Amino acid sequence: MFKHMSKVFSLFVAASMTVTACGLASAADSKAIKVATQSPLSGDQSVVGVDMKRGAELALEQLGKPLADMGFKVELAPFDDQANPDTGVANAKRIVSDPAILAIMGHYNSGVQIPSSEVYHTSGLANVSPANTNPKVTTRGYMEINRIVGRDDVQGVVGADFALGLGAKTVFVLHDKTAYGQGIAEFFKKRADEIGMKVLGFEGTEEKANFDALLSPILAGNPDLVYFGGMYSQAAVLFKQARERGYAGTFLSDDGFDSSDASKIAGQTLIDGGGSYYSTVSGPASVYAGTAKFIADFKAKYNSDPQPFAAQGYDSMAIILKAIENAAKAADGAVPTRAAVAQAVRELKNFPGITGTFTFNQIGDPTVAKYFVLKVNSADPAKWSKNSIVKTLDIAPPQQ
Amino acid sequence: MNRFLQSINARELIRPLGQMVVFSLGSAIVLSSIVLTLALGLDQTAVGLALQDKYNVSLYTYTLVNLPQVVIDGLTIGFVYAAIALGYTMVYGVLEFINFAHSEIFAVGAFVGVEILIALDHSGLLRSASLGMSYVLLTFAIISGMVAAGALAVTVERVAYRPLRGASRLVPLISAIGVSFLLQDLIRLVEGLTTGDFNRIFPSFGNFDQRLNFGKLALGETTINLGISIKSIIVIVAAMLMLMGLNYLVNATRIGKAIRAVAQDRPTASLMGINVNRIISITFLVGGLLGGAAGVLYALKFTRIDPFVGFFPGLKAFAAAVLGGIGNLTGALLGGIVLGMLETFAGSYMGVFTMGAAGSEYKDIFAFSILILVLIFRPQGLMGENVGQKA
Repeated sequence: MFKHMSKVFSLFVAASMTVTACGLASAADSKAIKVATQSPLSGDQSVVGVDMKRGAELALEQLGKPLADMGFKVELAPFDDQANPDTGVANAKRIVSDPAILAIMGHYNSGVQIPSSEVYHTSGLANVSPANTNPKVTTRGYMEINRIVGRDDVQGVVGADFALGLGAKTVFVLHDKTAYGQGIAEFFKKRADEIGMKVLGFEGTEEKANFDALLSPILAGNPDLVYFGGMYSQAAVLFKQARERGYAGTFLSDDGFDSSDASKIAGQTLIDGGGSYYSTVSGPASVYAGTAKFIADFKAKYNSDPQPFAAQGYDSMAIILKAIENAAKAADGAVPTRAAVAQAVRELKNFPGITGTFTFNQIGDPTVAKYFVLKVNSADPAKWSKNSIVKTLDIAPPQQ
Repeated sequence: MNRFLQSINARELIRPLGQMVVFSLGSAIVLSSIVLTLALGLDQTAVGLALQDKYNVSLYTYTLVNLPQVVIDGLTIGFVYAAIALGYTMVYGVLEFINFAHSEIFAVGAFVGVEILIALDHSGLLRSASLGMSYVLLTFAIISGMVAAGALAVTVERVAYRPLRGASRLVPLISAIGVSFLLQDLIRLVEGLTTGDFNRIFPSFGNFDQRLNFGKLALGETTINLGISIKSIIVIVAAMLMLMGLNYLVNATRIGKAIRAVAQDRPTASLMGINVNRIISITFLVGGLLGGAAGVLYALKFTRIDPFVGFFPGLKAFAAAVLGGIGNLTGALLGGIVLGMLETFAGSYMGVFTMGAAGSEYKDIFAFSILILVLIFRPQGLMGENVGQKA
């Protein structure tokens, strides 16, 4: 019923968006261009998704000047993918059918990005992803698809190595059955087996509320560590219920866990016992050298601390704007083609972003990506950005 | 005072309590013996050996040691299902139509209760509340959820079902599905107005998250804590009280007599001077009250709610009502408990019995397969023969 409803709903939204889009296109002059964004703007994951869009919005505001000087009028076209693959693909079709859109910053969830990017690929639309970590995002080798963060086949390994470093000998691995969560959990499990940890169980669940039955085998095994591959909306509820039933070990999750809502849900239960950790490809905005100004500007404009991936949203947008500028220059100031923009993204060398310096390899991965492991320090959601970094790694993507 | 006491039909208070105890113990014993037999049978096979390797304990011991906790978990969710199932079964008993909007009425109850608690939390009242006060506030939230859900149920009946009463039976059914969709997106719209985030977290206060520990059971190298959380006790006790109240209302009061009369023969009841429309409204009100309370209890137990929160519990409660024999109050109670138990047993043990091939993610498949089997052999449901006593 949920799926059907969201389909109907998204059709409705999409329909109303076409109406506005047509209206704008006819009114604007020929040098109007748009950059689309897709992220969850409503629902569970909107906390992160909205800030991702805001990051892009801020980048356009601050870095749009070169294009404006060339006579372009650049607009942001935000879409809400609701963290739902069906909605993402439906939006993608609307996006590619609008000729004014030259690139897309997008997706929080790999499970949404992978099917949606098939649509971008067929129409040659450049996509810069600020957050998608599943290897398949780039390993399909599409010219148009790039990301500025690391990959789960590395992040899973980082997680497992970290668990071993904590002294965990037994581990129970759970995931949310999405491309992202299951993917990273499998990489974690593979590595855990390799380095000699005992994997007591490997289970997927779409359950969002009642984890009682799932917890019985976990508590019976009493593993040193419970790993969850997936998003905070499920992980935090699960961790809370496990702790309440007397589990005293350590929780470890992934970059999907990185949201202040996790501690809003689970609170003190994340701190008790062995505590909670998460690996991520996006450190808190404060760890990057270039982000001090970004945080201040973000706070001034939106009156709150940026959530994880907001700075990556900013950088993805910056890359897109730079690429459009380069492509437009090559076209003597005319509106560049989508193919030219995609080419220009891939050709950027050592682009100075606020979260790093980016060069894409032949499949669209950044040549070096940062990986972090963080520890949850406080039960107070307002202090989420103060979680301490216990490990930082720079790793090149696997060559495939 | 004495006359008042005499007017209370004590039998109608004790009978449902007895039924609940019998149903709970009965389903626990039946399911426990099934899994224990299975465990004994599989102990020396590859299944038992795989477990021995991982947990260093025999399959039989593992099953036995986990049983008490599984039974407690199963009962908790079972009573929630039962409270929702009664809403379906009451309406079916009276109107012979399935009120598919009941799952959203449950969700509305949950949201109203949780929103009130969130507001209290923001005002700082929850944090400073004493233990007694936090129970008062929880009761207040539950009652608000009940009132909102009850009012909504009556409104839905008045607007969407009553005008269709003369139409063929499929028409109000379609109307109910429409109302269900409409309410889902209305909740989503209203809750998402401010931030776009339409999910709500039950604020933690009082001692509800604490756990009563009965002791530790040794299991191989580890021990597992046996206990029950305060909130599970609240859920079970509140549900039991509601079920007893409902049973008393239906079987021992004048209104209950009127409800039963309308259920048996609507035209004749109307000839006897019963206001049929009023009785039907009351039926919806009672179902809504129960559903709303179940919603708040569900949120208390499981922390997080979203606008679609009613869908699965609603579907399962409907299945429970059918399993017990739809239209039959005792059946809904039995069906809820049995389904909750089945689901929890399946979820807890399937992973071990299948060596991890089919884990707790498949618990619903298993529970519903049993449901289908039961209905093949007993299409009228478990308590189906007592049709004379329907709502």
